[in-house]
Order: sequence, then structure tokens, then C-alpha cells
Amino acid sequence: MNEFKVLTRESGNAVVMELQGFLDAHTAPDLEKTFSELMSKGKYNIVVNFNALNYISSAGLGVFMAYIDEVRNNNGDIKLASMQQKVFNVFDLLGFPYLYEIYKDQDEALKKFNSR
Amino acid sequence: MFDLKGNERIVKRSEKIEDKRVFKSTTDALADVREFVNELALRFGFGDKEVSEITLAVDEACTNVIKHAYKGRPDAEFEVKILATGTAFQIVVRDWGASFRPEEVPLPNIRDKYRKHKAGGLGIFLMKKLMDTVEYKGRDASNEVRLVRYLKNEQKS
Repeated sequence: MNEFKVLTRESGNAVVMELQGFLDAHTAPDLEKTFSELMSKGKYNIVVNFNALNYISSAGLGVFMAYIDEVRNNNGDIKLASMQQKVFNVFDLLGFPYLYEIYKDQDEALKKFNSR
Repeated sequence: MFDLKGNERIVKRSEKIEDKRVFKSTTDALADVREFVNELALRFGFGDKEVSEITLAVDEACTNVIKHAYKGRPDAEFEVKILATGTAFQIVVRDWGASFRPEEVPLPNIRDKYRKHKAGGLGIFLMKKLMDTVEYKGRDASNEVRLVRYLKNEQKS
């Protein structure tokens, strides 16, 4: 079994979402649930920390696509940070760097929200 | 292996590998599929990057089977067969569900997808990017997708 975990915590005016393990069609619903909870609480400044994420498939990528409009329409953003190279490669193949801000580390992404 | 001057040469691994597993059509089978493919691709001689790419492509093929061919029906089965010989690592994913016509799935324009909130079609797009061959065909009452990735010369054995 490949496990997946999402941890969230507040940091300034943003929420950090930390992903761990394997994000595929089996575990993507867990991530969807977390996003949908944040939406219902009106939390639209989101930094996703990928440091402990070992694997992502298109089912996982689809979750980020599903929420980006709602987040941006509410003056927020989903900023991605700390990806392992193999995870970044998948985002890159699908052209995500044109659509999402991707940062080397989480603090750099957080600064973008806190300076607003 | 040695050449005529007695210098050791690096030669491609060409161990023949043939193996087959049957999985239940539920998404929790995906981790087992990846483990199966991962192990054999490593044994065949691919580097870490290639192994991850092949494993991802097979995950995408099986995800499509579970979600589309079987439409989430959990009691069906699909088969993953690996035949690796020479420099070709071939994976055939076979199901007995609804037939799939990939020509009806246009390659996604990422910006379009993004606007329409849809991730469908990304899996096929990834498979085509990651593998040398992606081929669909119907056979009897089953559907097959055949994926091939070749060992390249610059990879060490």
C-alpha cells in the first residue's frame, strides 16, 4: 500500500498544505476533500509543499486544476513549492509552469502572499 | 563482456523478462501495479528516471481501465503483462470492459483544460510523452493498450 497524507496549517494570511507519500487516482479524493474544506472556510491563499510527496499521476494533477479558478476568482492563489525533481517533471510535461507559480521553497511562496 | 583487446565493455542488459499479473478493478490496485512494473523495469536495466516514467505511464493506462472501461465497477479484473526482450520493454494492459477509442480523445491543450476544469485526457497525453509506443486495440471481447519503451544506448546496464 502506498500511503498519502495531507497536513494543513495556517501561516500568516495563508494556509500551507503539506503533501506526503503517493498521490494517484486512489488518493486524489483525499486531496479534493482538503481543498473543498478550505474553500468552504474561505481560505484562498494556499501554498502546497511537495517536499514529502514521492509520486503524482494525472489524477493528482487534476485536483489542482479543479480548484484554481475558484481560488483565483476569490483573489487567492495556489502556489506550489519544494517539488522533488521527478514530481516536477510530471508538472512540467503537462505545462503547469505556465499556469502556476512554482517555488524552490515554501517560505519564498509564503512571502508572496504576506507581501500583499 | 570483453572486446578483442580484452577491455571490459559495458553491454546492455538483455535478459528476457516475461511476467503477468491480474488485478482487481479498484484504485487501490494501482500501488501494486506500480510495484510490479517498477521492479521489472529496474531489473531490465532502466535508470531511476526511466523507471519512474514507465511506471507512471502504466499507472495512467490502468487508471483509465478502472475509471472508464469499468466505470468504477470494483468487481472486475484487468491484466498487466510484461514482455521485455532485446532493448524493448513492453507492457500490455488488458481489460474486458467498455471499449475505448483513443482517437476520440483529443490531445489536451493544457490551457483549455485549465479553463474547463477538466483533467480527462491528461493520462493519455502523459503516456504518449513518456513511452516510445502507445497502441490501442480491441481483441475478442477485450481491449488492450500496448506500451513500449526502449533501452537507449547512453544508459548504462
